[in-house]
Amino acid sequence: MRIALFITCLNDTLYPDTGRAVVRLLERLGHEVVFPESQTCCGQMHYNTGYRRDAQRLAVRFAETFGDADAVLAPSGSCAAMVRDIHPRLGRPGSPLERAASRLAPRVHDLSELLVDVLGVTDVGAYFPHTVTYHPTCHGLRMLGLGDRPYALLRAVRGLKLVDLPEAHECCGFGGTFAVKNPDVSAAMGTDKARNVAATGAEVLCAVDNSCLMHIGGTLDRQRAGVRVLHLAEILASTEQEPTRL
Amino acid sequence: MSRTFIGMPAFPRAARTATADAQLRHNLRAATRTIRGKRAAAVGELDDWAALRAAGKAVKERTLRHLDRYLEQLEASVTAAGGHVHWAADAAEANRIVADLVQATGHSEVVKVKSMATQEIGLNDALREAGITAYETDLAELIVQLGDDLPSHILVPAIHRDRAEIREIFLRRMAGWGVPAPEGLTDDPRALAEAARVHLREKFLNARVAVSGANFAVAETGTLVVLESEGNGRMCLTLPETLISVVGIEKTIPTWADLDVFLRTLPRSATGERMNPYTSTWTGVTPGDGPQEFHLVLLDNGRTDVLADEVGRQALRCIRCSACLNICPVYERTGGHAYGSVYPGPIGAILTPQLRGTGGEPEASLPYASSLCGACYEVCPVAIDIPEVLVHLRERVASAGGAGHRVEKAAMAAAGWVLGDGRRLGAAQRAAAAARSLVPRRLPGPAGAWTDTRDLPAVPGESFRRWWRDRRVGGADTEAES
Repeated sequence: MRIALFITCLNDTLYPDTGRAVVRLLERLGHEVVFPESQTCCGQMHYNTGYRRDAQRLAVRFAETFGDADAVLAPSGSCAAMVRDIHPRLGRPGSPLERAASRLAPRVHDLSELLVDVLGVTDVGAYFPHTVTYHPTCHGLRMLGLGDRPYALLRAVRGLKLVDLPEAHECCGFGGTFAVKNPDVSAAMGTDKARNVAATGAEVLCAVDNSCLMHIGGTLDRQRAGVRVLHLAEILASTEQEPTRL
Repeated sequence: MSRTFIGMPAFPRAARTATADAQLRHNLRAATRTIRGKRAAAVGELDDWAALRAAGKAVKERTLRHLDRYLEQLEASVTAAGGHVHWAADAAEANRIVADLVQATGHSEVVKVKSMATQEIGLNDALREAGITAYETDLAELIVQLGDDLPSHILVPAIHRDRAEIREIFLRRMAGWGVPAPEGLTDDPRALAEAARVHLREKFLNARVAVSGANFAVAETGTLVVLESEGNGRMCLTLPETLISVVGIEKTIPTWADLDVFLRTLPRSATGERMNPYTSTWTGVTPGDGPQEFHLVLLDNGRTDVLADEVGRQALRCIRCSACLNICPVYERTGGHAYGSVYPGPIGAILTPQLRGTGGEPEASLPYASSLCGACYEVCPVAIDIPEVLVHLRERVASAGGAGHRVEKAAMAAAGWVLGDGRRLGAAQRAAAAARSLVPRRLPGPAGAWTDTRDLPAVPGESFRRWWRDRRVGGADTEAES
């Protein structure tokens, strides 16, 4: 299958390893991967902060860039949710934006959805001999409804020991500009999340959103908790021949 | 007696105080966790919860769409049943109406059953200025009133207090308001409840005038409905001679049949019970039984403005169950006072700025008092999309362009320009990578709040975009060689 990557501005700029892992994984599974270079950002930050017009412009651009794709992979739960749930609502009913975004929405997937639902694979042949705990992230949990998919993918990884995260369903407190506008509450939420992560004894915290991982990972680092954060793609891309190192 | 909310600091400042209060954090965490666990269990028992939620949303939407018609029907029904209807456009008018009605009875004391609407308009203060003393009779409201405090939760106004604090408040303050706390009062919940019972019983038996709120007002019969746990409301509704109910216009529902869905969803969402212990309904007056004079004060106080907003109007569907407060990670860490309003938590963050406008500092800060995690929307029994309204209100605040938003607007525009084109983004990434050794570990300005408690990621030497291009070019070269 030909899969168009939407790498998202944060992944592109700060977490290129996630994008590289996605390419490695999908090519290993025998799929063609394309990266339309005119892509930029889904506009989530603008929309969530109250700048709807800026977000609209980016949504139009997104629809132009990916309009023809058979499948779009966004290795970020919140960006996938933004494109799928919010983009169609950014245009008035019947407007070109609303129609283009609605047509595109069903073809946009998070990594776990693409693998399990579209490509029909749960065991991707990965090898990662570490103890891992998974944070479901708010957008993955409530807007995308990823359910068991990421867990199923992780359980199929050879060598991986998956441990439960207490209070997994609670927000980590990042929330984009929330972390800056309400720093004390955001930090309090992040501290509680980091404490729960550390309590699992896991070596690695995994999620499908690098923004949440940046927040929780930054808190864990400051606490010298000794837990690494990794995007799901980087664990699934890991093989015995080419392991993702901690 | 009760302090007003006016002049409260904006949310982030208030939240800073709250998050630093270990006792408060402990009390809130324990209480919200208990209630939300009960709610989850009670809701989980039903296999048609999604349908009930959709039905409740539909009833409220239909009512709000034709609210003018249902309000006229409600007025006609109440009047036909022997009651009197008063229309109050704002808080001042509502307070004046109630004070006049109480003064007309010749009494100077009223008992009250918990009413959000009267808290919203500051009725107790207005009555005091008119020489009338109001006694709160809901147990938690009593604790708040005796403690010279403000409610911190819609359903559990004293949620921020633990029982040791309550015992101390009772011992110190009850005597000044009537029957004193018994000597040797312990912090055993039963002992505390008994002290409150004895204290309140005297109030119920002496009161000639009561002020209540209502959960619902049924238009077809003019019936008002209160759901409660303690029975104190029923005492207020039945013992006095005069009953004055202050009700927001959005509490109207068309028929008794429409009540069905809410009697099933409200108790489960609110207290995690299958049915609340007391459901009281009253229609006008009945000669020789209960209050012989009944007044309904229908309160607007900003509600028609909310109704005029296509996105924001869904906030008027709220049935005040508090499920959104109990699930909210922000509320759990700040408590209700930080919201500077009688309506705290996620629903308060969308209701208060709409009722009062976003011109003031606390109101303008409330739409940002959320990480948009969506848990509130998920638990709401009438499916209010709170995150959607929050973002909608942020748009209103940002476009009004207050002090902090001018800088933000410029930053967003700059980001929009960079992100508006793949080449510009690539250039910005190359500039960031070149300067990465210069990025400080502690950021200046508002972003410094981030680096105070968290480490920033290091800027990588190469963006994905750059890697992809190099890889493709490299691949093309390899093909050319072969």
